[in-house]
Amino acid sequence: MLLSVDHVTRYFYDQPVRGVVQSHRLMPSQCAGQKLVTWKVSVSDGQMGGGFRDGAGDWVQGWTVLGPVNEITVRVTGQIETVDMAGVLRGHKELTPPEAYLRSTHPTEADAALAALADGLTPAQDALAAAHDISARVSDAIVYTSDTTNAHTTAAEALAQGTGVCQDQAHAVIAIARHIGLPARYVSGYLLVGVDGAAAEAAHAWAEVFISGLGWVGFDPANRCCPDDRYIRLGSGLDSPHAAMIRGIARGQGEESLDVSVTVQASQTQSQTQQ
Amino acid sequence: MTSYFNEMYQGSAVRAPYARLQDWMTAMPAELRQMKQAEAEALFRRIGITFAVYGEGGDPDRLIPFDMFPRVFSGAEWAKLDRGIKQRARALNAFLVDVYGRGEIVRAGRIPGRLVYLNEAYEKSVVGFVPPKGVYSHIVGIDLVRTGPDEFFVLEDNCRTPSGVSYMLENREIMMRMFPDLFRENRIEPVDSYPEILRRTLASVAPAKCDRDPTVVILTPGHFNSAYYEHSFLADLMGVELVEGQDLFVEGEFVFMRTTEGPRRVDVIYRRLDDAYIDPLCFRPDSMLGIPGLMDVYRSGGVSICSAPGAGVADDKAVYTYVPEMIRFYLGEEPILKNVPTWQCGKEDDCKYVLSNLKDLVVKEVHGSGGYGMLVGPKASADQVEMFRARITANPHNYIAQPTLALSTTPTFVAEGVAPRHVDLRPYCLVGERIELVPGGLTRVALTEGSLVVNSSQGGGVKDTWVLAE
Repeated sequence: MLLSVDHVTRYFYDQPVRGVVQSHRLMPSQCAGQKLVTWKVSVSDGQMGGGFRDGAGDWVQGWTVLGPVNEITVRVTGQIETVDMAGVLRGHKELTPPEAYLRSTHPTEADAALAALADGLTPAQDALAAAHDISARVSDAIVYTSDTTNAHTTAAEALAQGTGVCQDQAHAVIAIARHIGLPARYVSGYLLVGVDGAAAEAAHAWAEVFISGLGWVGFDPANRCCPDDRYIRLGSGLDSPHAAMIRGIARGQGEESLDVSVTVQASQTQSQTQQ
Repeated sequence: MTSYFNEMYQGSAVRAPYARLQDWMTAMPAELRQMKQAEAEALFRRIGITFAVYGEGGDPDRLIPFDMFPRVFSGAEWAKLDRGIKQRARALNAFLVDVYGRGEIVRAGRIPGRLVYLNEAYEKSVVGFVPPKGVYSHIVGIDLVRTGPDEFFVLEDNCRTPSGVSYMLENREIMMRMFPDLFRENRIEPVDSYPEILRRTLASVAPAKCDRDPTVVILTPGHFNSAYYEHSFLADLMGVELVEGQDLFVEGEFVFMRTTEGPRRVDVIYRRLDDAYIDPLCFRPDSMLGIPGLMDVYRSGGVSICSAPGAGVADDKAVYTYVPEMIRFYLGEEPILKNVPTWQCGKEDDCKYVLSNLKDLVVKEVHGSGGYGMLVGPKASADQVEMFRARITANPHNYIAQPTLALSTTPTFVAEGVAPRHVDLRPYCLVGERIELVPGGLTRVALTEGSLVVNSSQGGGVKDTWVLAE
């Protein structure tokens, strides 16, 4: 499928700031099923800094903006050809050993309730089936509901209240998978939001679980499926903060506010915009 | 009753390296000694070398007690230590490059992957990066103890930012000022080239994008840090700027320092700041001490950071057990210096042994340092032993245990005259384009009679450390 992306992030400062430093994970992963046609990242008044491919295969790009500025716009535009790989990450060069993704972090800490969701799973016999079960159980236990959680909500908190968004569901899958010894990680990317009313936004997140013999396999509890050709994979990390598309810090006193819009469209015929 | 090796005596005979100190000691009347001791203290105060002790409160400007009785190694003794220390520093660096690369040592089954990759000090953000000259740890502080004429053990490795080298330099300076005759009568190898070698070492690991004479700086957390004196002392001696995070900023592909003449590009940062604090964009977002964006510049070859972020995974106390294996694996050599036998409480059998022998063992936290959170079984009260039993049982992976070593003693000035006190040694090995070791180090001495804990935070003192020229 040919997907077009337009992702605009605007930062506003109520007082001018002296400068801004950002670190981006905004380049689509180099893997089978993702072929770039065009791709461009721009930062208003920005100077491109150092860039490198990290151990997880992500392209990380530094940017700096010299102030004083009141407003910064980060814009990603591009077109990419995608193929349904049934969720399996193939042809992706990375060096970080899967074991490094067994380490738990604050948002992915498994409490007793998360651990209980792993009851009866037998990863030693069939890891893939166990991972599918985890994803399905999370979809049921944390019902996709907007505006009930925030960026700092942990998997345990989301499960306790029974609602959350893709970030919370992905954190929960990761927490449970690691709890039963399966390496798992957080993936950030884009999603073509279909006309079928799928519960998700165009800036999306899901989980990957490492299945011995198969490699990293994606699971999207928000849509009860594995990533297919509607998905664009950008970067990964131990949890949401580690996999963030944009990290930034402003020098100065100004209070920051944010406006994000992401549009993912399929080759002129289907389209969907999310504000 | 354990017997301890006294480095000065063999029976009643004086061992060769100490021959001239025997006369010096016996010729010194008590009044002169007290006068000199007061003089030494005044000198240390004037220089301003003090050491604040974490968690102890009290006077942050407390002096570490200085003992005037030097600790002496013969040239031959040192030659072996020199080879052993450099061997270890090479292996530790090879290990670091490996575990952030293909992890051959894990693939070969020579060290458990979990121990490395699940380690808190394993820095995922530097996987795939080979720092200039393949060096992660540029200053390797290796803590050694001696138990016999030819018996040395490595107690621990310090691959991040080992402190204390200013004491090595100041102790020597003060001894030379107070006892110039001693330095005429004995042929003692100098240590004062350390700052210049350190500067050269740091400059030799300038990043790929540096195309000129590299600018080196020392990054300090600030004057509240207990080792701030050392940071400013070394900056001074090396002739480089001492900076705090707020003095540096990232612009484009490089790091710059604010100066009165405008921004100046920085090529090598000798940081005395933990990984977690150096870049709030990459690590702890609440850190006010670091430089936002530093890691992106670092990983794209715009600046070098010494020690390299992630170096800590090599000096973890559980990883320590495998250093002899690293030496065999990477260098194809047999270890010259021995490890202390270590039980890992995370292993079921080891833990069982440790819990039933607590009275005879030294127990340490895997990530602890400075002598905190440590149990010295033979010296501990029954309550302390029970407290550790509970802690180990609750979190076995957090503890290792070692036999109580019979640390050597050297003569030390005490209230009653001269008496043996237990010592250890921390030499500072410098690794850059070349690998160099100044002949000497920091000797720490447990001033309390019978005590085996030499940490300055636990009442330890320091001595000048001599290596005699052959």
